Amino acid sequence: MAHLAKTHENESTLDWNGGNLPLKASWGKLMMWFFLLSDAFSFSALLITYAMIRYSHSAYHGTTENFKFSLDYWPVPEKVFEAMPFLHGISLPLVFVGIMTFILIMSSVTMVLAVEAGHRNDRKDVEKWMLWTILGGFTFLGCQAWEWTHFIHGTDKGGATDVYGNIIYGANLIQNQYGPVPFANLFFFITGFHGFHVFSGVMLNVLVFYNTAFGVYENPNRVIDEGAGRYEMIEKVGLYWHFVDLVWVFVFTAFYLI
Amino acid sequence: MADVHTHSHTEGKIAKPNTAGIWRTFYVLLGITALEFIIALAIPSYVMPHLIKVGVYIILTIAKAFYIVAEFMHLKHEVKFLGMCIVLPMIFIAWLLLAMVMEGGALYIRW
Repeated sequence: MAHLAKTHENESTLDWNGGNLPLKASWGKLMMWFFLLSDAFSFSALLITYAMIRYSHSAYHGTTENFKFSLDYWPVPEKVFEAMPFLHGISLPLVFVGIMTFILIMSSVTMVLAVEAGHRNDRKDVEKWMLWTILGGFTFLGCQAWEWTHFIHGTDKGGATDVYGNIIYGANLIQNQYGPVPFANLFFFITGFHGFHVFSGVMLNVLVFYNTAFGVYENPNRVIDEGAGRYEMIEKVGLYWHFVDLVWVFVFTAFYLI
Repeated sequence: MADVHTHSHTEGKIAKPNTAGIWRTFYVLLGITALEFIIALAIPSYVMPHLIKVGVYIILTIAKAFYIVAEFMHLKHEVKFLGMCIVLPMIFIAWLLLAMVMEGGALYIRW
């Protein structure tokens, strides 16, 4: 056990008495990692459900140009997600979701920069990068709200026709104009569950920003975990925030590309 | 700004930021995402069949996931055993995905 870091001055401390760091990480960080592992299972279950239900439906075999919404086959994503705020009626496939992806990757970068600033105990930089991260999170949520609104209201001319020959406008959990009913259900459930994670992440980011701005992490009397830096809370919340970005990478591939 | 009471307890100067690696990872992620868009929108399906496209998307997605987890979440620089604790359970996900996709295909044939 000699390779494990001893944080106490007293090197003779037995393992059972504490004083060493399993995996050389503080317990808080380890707990965050294992929570994220369990959360990864939750999201995987949802995305695998998507894969299974999709493979149990017909695929569209024609060309993308001739694609029409129908209940008979799974829709082509670039025909469903082609709207853009302020540009009504113009077909811009995947542009808006591309912007959303960029915003989330960007806010992940500002989060790493905040963690890096925390390692240097640079309070001003932590505040600056946390604010950018919070802004990115709220922007993403706003984009998602718009995306949902558009998805629910549907397009001007509607889409698929139901069994009685009526044109369906928009989407809900019972019918949708884009294709088979489970398509909209899975869209609402999976992007909704992800959006809820983003929302929780923004709340945690606001919390650690508040603590940083009020000097909580600089308080010399504050008890910090063994092996942890003063600003480790930024790192733990950062792990959660990156995980949210990571999930989006998979949601993006499953819903918008494949 | 020196008289502002902000860095009261930190002795000495604050180190300079070292962010070159972070931005390199960002450019890799941006590049992969751009590549995905090019494949999705600019390459017609008679050049690259849909099934091959799906395979490429999955490889690129896993590459992106690797960069986020290894660099942004710092897992590559943790103790190796911690990395294995997180990555190895993913084999269950791969198994479930394979099983459920096959199950979905079987349901389609029945309907």
